[in-house]
This record gives sequence, C-alpha cells and structure tokens, in this order.
Amino acid sequence: MAKVHLWASLRRFADGQEVVEVDAATVGQMLDALEKAHPGLGPAIKAGLSVAVDGEVIANSRSAPVKPDSEVYLLQRLKGG
Amino acid sequence: MARDDVKTGYKYVGTRPNRPDGLDKVTGRARYGADFSLPGMLHAAVVRSPHAHARIVKIDASKALALDGVKAVVTRADLPTGLTGEDLNLQDNTLAGEKALYDGHSVAAVAATSQLLAQDAARLIEVTYEVLPHVTDVDAAMAPGAPVIRPGVADYSVPEGMHGNVARYMEFGHGDVEAGFAAADIVREHTYKTEATHQGYIEPHAAVGQMGEDGRGEMWVCTQGHWYIRRMSAAVLGIEAANLRVTPSEIGGGFGGKTTIFMEPLTLALSKKAGGRPVKLVMSRSEVLRATGPTASASMDVKLGMKKDGTITAGQVYFRMQGGAFPGMSPIGEALPCAFACYDIAALKHEAVEVIANRPKAAAYRAPGSPMAAFAVESLVDEMCRELGLDPIEVRLKNGAKNGSKSSYGPVYNVIGLQETLEAAKAHPNYAIPLGKNQGRGVASGFWFNHGGETSVSLAIGEDGTATVMIGTPDIGGSRASIGLMVAETLGIPYEDVRVNVVETGALGVNEPTHGSRATFASGKAAVLAAGQAIKEMCKRAAAEWEIDAEAVEWKDGAAHPAGPNAGKFPPMTIGEIGSKMGGSGGPISGHHEVTAEGVGASFGTHVVDVEVDPETGRTTILRYLVVQDAGTAIHPAYVEGQYQGGAAQGIGWALNEEYVYGADGRLQNPVFLDYRIPVASDLPMIDTVIVEVPNPGHPYGVRGVGETGITPPLPAVASAIAGATGARIRSLPCSPPKVLAAIKALKG
Repeated sequence: MAKVHLWASLRRFADGQEVVEVDAATVGQMLDALEKAHPGLGPAIKAGLSVAVDGEVIANSRSAPVKPDSEVYLLQRLKGG
Repeated sequence: MARDDVKTGYKYVGTRPNRPDGLDKVTGRARYGADFSLPGMLHAAVVRSPHAHARIVKIDASKALALDGVKAVVTRADLPTGLTGEDLNLQDNTLAGEKALYDGHSVAAVAATSQLLAQDAARLIEVTYEVLPHVTDVDAAMAPGAPVIRPGVADYSVPEGMHGNVARYMEFGHGDVEAGFAAADIVREHTYKTEATHQGYIEPHAAVGQMGEDGRGEMWVCTQGHWYIRRMSAAVLGIEAANLRVTPSEIGGGFGGKTTIFMEPLTLALSKKAGGRPVKLVMSRSEVLRATGPTASASMDVKLGMKKDGTITAGQVYFRMQGGAFPGMSPIGEALPCAFACYDIAALKHEAVEVIANRPKAAAYRAPGSPMAAFAVESLVDEMCRELGLDPIEVRLKNGAKNGSKSSYGPVYNVIGLQETLEAAKAHPNYAIPLGKNQGRGVASGFWFNHGGETSVSLAIGEDGTATVMIGTPDIGGSRASIGLMVAETLGIPYEDVRVNVVETGALGVNEPTHGSRATFASGKAAVLAAGQAIKEMCKRAAAEWEIDAEAVEWKDGAAHPAGPNAGKFPPMTIGEIGSKMGGSGGPISGHHEVTAEGVGASFGTHVVDVEVDPETGRTTILRYLVVQDAGTAIHPAYVEGQYQGGAAQGIGWALNEEYVYGADGRLQNPVFLDYRIPVASDLPMIDTVIVEVPNPGHPYGVRGVGETGITPPLPAVASAIAGATGARIRSLPCSPPKVLAAIKALKG
C-alpha cells in the first residue's frame, strides 16, 4: 500500500499518525480513501491539496497514478505569481 | 520522460528573434485594457472607504442619481446573497457588505456618460459609517487585546486558544531538531520582518463590461487569466460562467496581482442597471495601491545550528504573515516549504500562522512567500558565515540540495540545478572583484516550485504552410515568442511562419492564468504536442497521396518523407504543399492538446550583489548585480535574461525602499509612486545574468519556468551586502536610508 505522509498539523485529524497507508491506484482514489478513513481530514482535502508522488509534485491531477509502493507527501495547494 | 529523451542541437530553440509584439508596442498599436472602447460606452467610478474598519450604516445615492448623465449606481444590495467560502470573500472585496474592512475598500460604484461626471457623482454618494477599532500590523493583530475583525475566521487547521485573528495554522518538519542544535558549534536565532509591497505593474487594472438583457455578458479586461476572471465574476454576480465571454487585452505587467478580480464585476453590474450599455472602469494608481492585492507582510523567527566547518545541523522557523482582511491570502503554504528548499538539512521544523488585519486583500506576487522566507533564512545563514569566517558560496555548496536530495518539504528532488548555479556564481568575475571602502558583497540563493496547471492549446495549419497557435495564457513575458520557437522547431518551419495568438474564453477549454512560471512550460508543452498531432495528420495526407501506409512516412525539416527505401521513392511533400491541398485531401488540418500539466522542474538561482553605502546618509548604491539561474533550456535567451533582470529589480526595490506605510488611523500613507518608491532605471546598473541549463525531464525541450525565482534572493543578498559594507545587520526591510543610517549610528554607540 502507498505510504502517505501527513504534515504535522494534519496528524491530529488522523489519530496522530505521521504516515497513513492507503490502497489506491490514483491520486483521486488516495484522497478519497484518506477522507473515508479519517473524516477529520475532509476540510483540508476540500480546501485543495497538492501532492508529491515519488518525488514528482502533482499540483492538481486526480488521475495521476499511485503505485502500491509509492511514497506520497501531502502539500498545501501551490499557487504562483 | 527520461533525461536522454531531451532533444539537443536545435535550429530555432535557443535563438533570439524579434518579439512578435514588439512593433505593436513601440508604435502604440497594441491595445491595453484602458484602450478598449465601445459605442455608447459609460464610464465608472468607485466610492471607497476612508476608514480602516467601519460599519456601513447607510448609503444615500440620491444626489448622484439626480445628476444629468448618471445612469446607474450599484451597492452590495445589488449583488446576490448566499455565497460561501472564497466566492463570498471575492464578493465582499468587490463591494463591502456590512463592514468596510480596510482603507480603500469599495463601497459603491457609479456609471455616467463621462469619466469626470462619474467621479463627481461618486463624491455625491453619501455613506454613513460607524468607525470601529482597527489593526494593520501582523504582530499587533495577534497581540492580546487586538480587535477581532472577523469573528469565526479560523479554519479547521487552527488549534484552540489562538487569537481570533488567526485564520490558518501549519506545521511540518523532519528529524530531531533539538539533537541537531545540540550537535552545532553555534546556534543563532533572530526575528526578521518584511513589509507588504505591491507588484507595481505599470498598467493599472482596466475593464469594459457589457451585460445584455438576455443575461449574457461580455468583458474585455487586462488580466493574467481570463478564465479565472470569468469564473470569479460569474460567482460574484450569480450568473452562469458559460454566459460570460472574456477577452484579454495586452497586459502591462501582472506579477501575480492580475490573477484575481478586484473591480471587474462592477462593470457588468453597472451595465445591467444601465440598460445594457457597456461600462468602462479604469483604476487610478492610488486605487491600485490602496485596494488591489499587495503581498503579505511578515514577521519571522529563524533558528539555525552550524558547525565550524559550515555544516548546518538543524533549522527552525516560525512565520507570521498577514494577507489583509480576508482569510487564505497570505502565502504561508508557500513560504514554509520555500524556507529551506535550497538546503539538505537533517533536522527541520516549520511552523506558521496566517493572520488577518485591516489591509487590502492580498494577491499573489512573483514566487508568493518565497522572498520573505529567503530574507529570513538566507540572512541568518549569511550572519553565521560571517561569524565563522566562512565563504557563503562554499557553505551553500556544502549544504545545498542536489539531485536525489530529500527536499525540506518532503518529496525527493529529481533533476535540479542549484549546485550548478552556485558553481557558476563562484566562477564569475564579479565574485573576485576587490571591494573598496564602505562597500560590501552579499550572496543568496532562491527557490520556486514552478507550476503546470490546466492548459488547452489548439494549432491550425494554414493553406500557405504556416501555423497558427491559439493559447489561453496571456503573454506577459514573451511566451508568444517562446511558444512560436518551440512550434517552429517541432514542425521544422521558420519561426516567422508561426503566429501565436492569445484567444478569448470561447475559443479554448479552461486555461489557468499565466502564473506560477507556467506559460512557456505548460502552454509550450501543449503546443508542441498539438503540433505533433498535426504532423501525424500531415503524414497521413502524404501517405494517401503516395498510396503507402501512414506508418511509412516520417516528418523532418518541415516536410513529409518516405521513411526508408522500402516506403517507396517520393520527393518530400512540404507543409506548404500539404496545406495547399488539404481542402481536397480530407479538410483542414489542426492539432489540439489539453492537459493538467505536471512534470514542472523546480527552479533555483543564486545572486551576488555588491553595494556601497554612504555613511553620511545611509543611502545604498547597487554597484553590480549578478543573477545566475537554471532555465532548464532557454527557449528565447533574451526573454529569459529579461525575467532574471526583472525579478532582481523588483527584489532590489523590496530590499531597499518599497513598503506599505500605514498611519495610526489605519490609512495608507503612501498610495502614489512619488511616495511608494520603486526602483527606476537610473537606480540600477545593468544586471549581469548567467543562464544555467539543466534540462527538465518533464518537458519536450527541457523547459523550466523562469519567471519567479529571480525575485527571491535579492532581499537577503542586498541586506547581507549592506551588513558587509557597514557592519550593521538590517533585519527589518526595507533597508531605507534612514534605517541604515540609524543602524550605523547605533553601531558607533
């Protein structure tokens, strides 16, 4: 299962866990599974997140693939000037 | 794609042809926002709050409406109710609701038959206010007793017990920070501050809007992103986005400040009340400074541990940022990951709060958050280098991020060019020039993520063998030229045979704005792939003519060729021949690509600045300035250099002079360029540039966005150079002459 790293101030919404394991084939499935397992993460996910999958920053694509051994980091939704 | 797939040996990419918009701009033919007019057009003016925080008791527009020629007045009562979230924030900022939240907040708008009449009418609109306590400073807004300006503003992330003006909280990190500090030879901690600065684009906001009786509207507007303008304006006015068509003008700068709306929907609201007549609204410079988004102001604590050999053992930051009276506008989510992005440090802790205050709704500004974070972290790195007698570039080479480094914000860097920029800066002649009396040198590195985003591009082959490309990202920094070069390279036709047009919202799928340094990357990538689609079709047409399989045709040098001896012997069929016959060979030939572009390459740069400080006045003169930055591949090197120089110039202004000055009454004291001091040409030397090219594997030509990183290093680099020249460290920007002089005098006791 993919390992999803939560930033510190999100961990209180996931029973204090720093890393949550998720069974998902895409970024969208991963986010849906996260919210289902830890509803407290819902507002953060709805507010908009970017993710990094195996080092590749995915700004806003729910269809981007996630592999069973992927390392995923949640990031604040990135904007630019 | 793999690094090996990045193409080299280009014919057009990397050349410096004339800019396609150059003649229009120097002859005045280019049409900017305020240049657009329609028959029967009305002119608008806005009534703005003179108070930083006040309840709106009553608005009486009767005297204004009695004037001959005044056609409409709108207030918040004319806008729909029931909006939530950011849509409500946008509506609240477009026209104040129950309260005016900052000096300059729009309260009402009027349309009349002339600009002067509209301004006279605005003065006749009587607004009764109940003035409320205000707060404008980021630290003061968190202090006990500070007025809570919007109760309930905190989102899910804010822990209980924080001040009522805290809207957002964030924390992340890795490693054992305390152990890292214990392993250091010196540990230093300071607080750094930056004031809000404005993007300072030359062209003020301008729009013409027309709302028909059928509920369908049209807008011509100066913007970085017309699909954003469409979506936001439609939300504020309660109409379907599909009923609004938005056409962008040429744009005289944006730097992030034109990725959102401020007054644009007012043109449509006024037009609707004025019977469908078009309405033009052009902001004055004073209105731009008072009521359009500057960047956030920041107060930042930084702690670093360093060994005597320069190894950084641990880092910790706590940032406080205010982005005006609306939540979600301060860039803490960007500033924190940028803080240590240039370094590979074993233990880091990041923490930040967003605070609201009685200031205008902040907007993005070139690498939002990164310049402030760099000022704090890079200044302290420089202070510790000076204390330990270490070379600042060597320390950055020792601790700097490399390919495969785990970034400070989590993911592992793929292919990056920070080390190459440091080596190039170290080897540059500027770094070896001896310094004289009252002179100092500063070094800093900077980072920006870059962005891909929603992108839709179409391309059509002409009957004469030319190509027309339709993009949705307004051209601010030369993207028409760079996209034209990439399409020319891909099609194998001269650059002059490619025309790139920025088209309106009805012509393409949704495009994000030109922001995040994405236009040349994302629209360019989509254009290359659209060209590839057209090539495939042209090969198919040639194959049909030759009566061979399409797979037996290849494209090179602007023509279809048989792919090898088994395909048959046919003379090449040029794009002109295929184009001239396409009506009879199956119809028009085009290509299209739409994508949420990913694969951006992270951007790094290193700057070196030499200054001289006048000890009598505290005035700083920039003697020489060097920008070294990784462009991936420089498609049009002159434009890349321009981005480097422009970013540096804005960063130097932020470092030396620019700041929002609020009085005790909460009113902005310097809303004109005479008092808000941006650098002009005579303030700066020619800025030297070095383009490093470490191709981005995520782009067909290796492009990395180059627009934003350049503004990041100047803040700490200039402050560090001043410290070198005077011995005085300025930890609160700007390093204005009075502040530098006071610091020099304080040193002398």
